[in-house]
Amino acid sequence: MSISGSSIERTVALEVNGKPRRLPAGTSVTGLLESVDLLPGTVVVELNRTILRRPQYDEAILSDGDQIEIVHFVGGG
Amino acid sequence: MNPAAVDGPLLIGGHEFESRLIVGTGKYSSNEEMVGALRASGAEMVTVSVRRVDLDRTRSEAILHHLDPNEFFLLANTAGCYTAEDAVRYARLARAAGFNEWVKLEVIGDEKTLLPDVYATLEAAKILVDEGFKVMAYTNEDLITALRLEDAGCVAVMPLASPIGSGLGLVNPYHIREIKARLQVPVIVDAGVGTASDACATMEQGVDGVLMNTAIAAADDPVSMARAMRLGVQAGRLAYLAGRMPRREIAVPSSPTRGMLD
Repeated sequence: MSISGSSIERTVALEVNGKPRRLPAGTSVTGLLESVDLLPGTVVVELNRTILRRPQYDEAILSDGDQIEIVHFVGGG
Repeated sequence: MNPAAVDGPLLIGGHEFESRLIVGTGKYSSNEEMVGALRASGAEMVTVSVRRVDLDRTRSEAILHHLDPNEFFLLANTAGCYTAEDAVRYARLARAAGFNEWVKLEVIGDEKTLLPDVYATLEAAKILVDEGFKVMAYTNEDLITALRLEDAGCVAVMPLASPIGSGLGLVNPYHIREIKARLQVPVIVDAGVGTASDACATMEQGVDGVLMNTAIAAADDPVSMARAMRLGVQAGRLAYLAGRMPRREIAVPSSPTRGMLD
């Protein structure tokens, strides 16, 4: 009998907009945005203080301890 | 044609604006009211802020669902930042949204008065200009700081009329006139205007424009106040260009003194 690694869902623990969040290992920024129902064109994403360009969203795979900020424009003076 | 009636567009950083009024988009009770007020103000340039998306969706604040970036020129601000580093970070995030490279740079130095930290503002301005931003810098009514911000490459310098959200109007017209007289870049008076007469009196100093938010948003009827501000700014501009009469401390009759009946 063997235990397949794929039978256990591994997760990563990270922080999104200042709050802790767990996501399946291997989740990309695109996957994160989908999980919170946001369209990539409506927000700007910062990963560990570096702003990502939209073409990078697919390839940016999230890791334990990552700090993500998802921002947009709101009313202000 | 009377030369006073001839006024060119407001030119900031190579971009022409017909309106000399710039308005904020904060503090409105609804998005419909905000858009109505923006349209009534005649402003082309409107300010917005960068904030975290509320992932719990308890509030829906995304302003671009209501504000068409093709209708208004978006000027992102760094409001709420207390350090040069934070202001630079917010400016970069705003630019990454992909609309333009303009920023209303604001670095606050004190929570109670919301007065600007001019040292941090200057530091951030240098970094942002270096990175290709068109920086419109909010500052106090200090001539030397205004000159330094111009030297740093800001496309406009924006001294306050009075503290943000105070509605106290133009408290220091002398310094505002002095700043306008000494700078080459446009001088936009930002913050403190409370009502249309304040906007008019500010424009009568000869400055290039006025930026306001609370005076419109916090009025009982923001759409009507926006229209009043539009007219106040236009009236003040026209009065400045027309050249006011000199002040005298004695009365001078307006009607002929000759030809009176015995």
